[in-house]
Amino acid sequence: MNLPTSRATTEWIGFKTILIREFSRIVRIWGQTIVPPAVTATLYFVIFGSLIGKRVGQVGGFDYLQFIAPGLIMMTVITNSYGNVVSSFFGAKFGKHLEELLVSPLPNWLIVLGYMAGGVLRGMLVGTVVTVVALFFTHLTLQHVWAIISAVLLTSMVFALGGFINAIFAKNFDQISWFPTFVLTPLTYLGGVFYSIKMLPDWAHWLSHGNPILYMVSAFRYGFLGTSDVDLALAYAIMVSAVILMFTLAVGLLNRGTGIRD
Amino acid sequence: MQALVLRNLFKIYKNGVQALKGIDLSVEEGDFFALLGPNGAGKTTAIGIVTSLVNKTSGRVEVFGHDIDVELEVAKSCIGLVPQEINFNMFETVFTIVVNQAGFYGIARPLAKHRAELYLKQLQLWEKRNSIARSLSGGMKRRLMIARALMHEPRLLILDEPTAGVDIENRRSMWEFLRDINARGTTIILTTHYLEEAENLCRNIAIIDGGRIIERDSMTNVLRKLQTESFVFNLRSSCDRVPELAGFSAHLSDDHTLEIEVSRHQSLNDIFSQLSSQGIEVASMRNKVNRLEELFIRLVDNGAKASAAATHAEKVS
Repeated sequence: MNLPTSRATTEWIGFKTILIREFSRIVRIWGQTIVPPAVTATLYFVIFGSLIGKRVGQVGGFDYLQFIAPGLIMMTVITNSYGNVVSSFFGAKFGKHLEELLVSPLPNWLIVLGYMAGGVLRGMLVGTVVTVVALFFTHLTLQHVWAIISAVLLTSMVFALGGFINAIFAKNFDQISWFPTFVLTPLTYLGGVFYSIKMLPDWAHWLSHGNPILYMVSAFRYGFLGTSDVDLALAYAIMVSAVILMFTLAVGLLNRGTGIRD
Repeated sequence: MQALVLRNLFKIYKNGVQALKGIDLSVEEGDFFALLGPNGAGKTTAIGIVTSLVNKTSGRVEVFGHDIDVELEVAKSCIGLVPQEINFNMFETVFTIVVNQAGFYGIARPLAKHRAELYLKQLQLWEKRNSIARSLSGGMKRRLMIARALMHEPRLLILDEPTAGVDIENRRSMWEFLRDINARGTTIILTTHYLEEAENLCRNIAIIDGGRIIERDSMTNVLRKLQTESFVFNLRSSCDRVPELAGFSAHLSDDHTLEIEVSRHQSLNDIFSQLSSQGIEVASMRNKVNRLEELFIRLVDNGAKASAAATHAEKVS
């Protein structure tokens, strides 16, 4: 046995290995991971931006395309961060190669961290591709870079962890698509991606404040436009709390062996 | 030092199945140890608990003195597992699979690549290093799992039916490889359905049945317990009746094949001289079944009878 001298070194190498494996998977199946979001985003920009957007006019003092571009980028980041972890972790569980990690000396928190980082990595890669696509249709200004980076990273973490928890409980492939179809997509579409909640009637405006995705999209949009539909402090409190809670939950489930160990 | 210690190990699954009923077992460092038992006896559950793929209900597990309840990560770093079922990513290359596994044990990439070359060459997989795992033959997949388990050079290698479905030539070369690994100091625990394999490779043995250890001894002592063996004699010329063999129980399975039971205290020379005196010439001779197999069947049968008797007694009372 030739283990490195320090536990920290073992964990760092283990983390890098998980991340490299996730990156290789993203690149290996690029036709499923990178290309479809770029195509979808292009269609959104063409239809909602160029065709319908011209009739919509301005939203919150900005061109409609300028307004929806951050929302579309964030929507892509959310679905890809979630999708990467849920399919990769469930695939590993289903194909039993998750056992490679479970028998290794890597602690469970590091396994969660590795998968979360893989989800964030795909979110950032695909988010970058969609940003480049957006630049063909509109111009993006950078009002607050810190808000752009922090909001996108925190949101990506939240949904990567969501994918992990979904994969832990899932017993078949149907169960990894239920949550994205019936919860994630509706919440994203109703989370201010395509409109400002100021345009909604009072009851819908009030209801929208119960949607966590609204806070994430608004914080990200603030980075580009300098204005936000929500209180930024509250948005960050929600995002940071969600990361901490979901990370703790994911590690706890892995420690218990829920859905993994008999 | 003890490589593995199991103390009063119990496992009850959620569906109520009691897979392990208080197992006590210890394996010495450097041993080549066989853990045998029929399907569903509890072998894979026990291995699953040791490698933390299965949660134990109660009991204690120590790997080289490291209690898995206290020092799980250290205990896990001592173990290499070759599981019964193929469990690598079928879409990754052979080389990627073994190098990544080393990474999960904290082995830096340059050293991992060096070891990958070493073990893939030793297991005749180097030519296939860039092949996708699913394209490998059954025997290659088994060898890949052995190479993967060795990447962190574990002190304890656990092989759960490593040669299942492997042809005899490959099986024998795997035996040689495992003997060599063991000779270099790695403790090996083997479960197998090929009892010839256990008899050839292992120095000590435990037989598990119905979640209990029913035999634990050296291979030599266990085989010594076998009171009788059946031998098959192929006769040079046909024989229409069972020859008179004083002191032996014999029967003809066909006109050229004579089966004789021989106890530990009897001599094969006696059989030959009696057959010779009757003008019967033996062309060849072999064991009817592998010796360990015979003992295994008897022990498991006895265990089943004892268990049935206990159940019957419970019902009557």
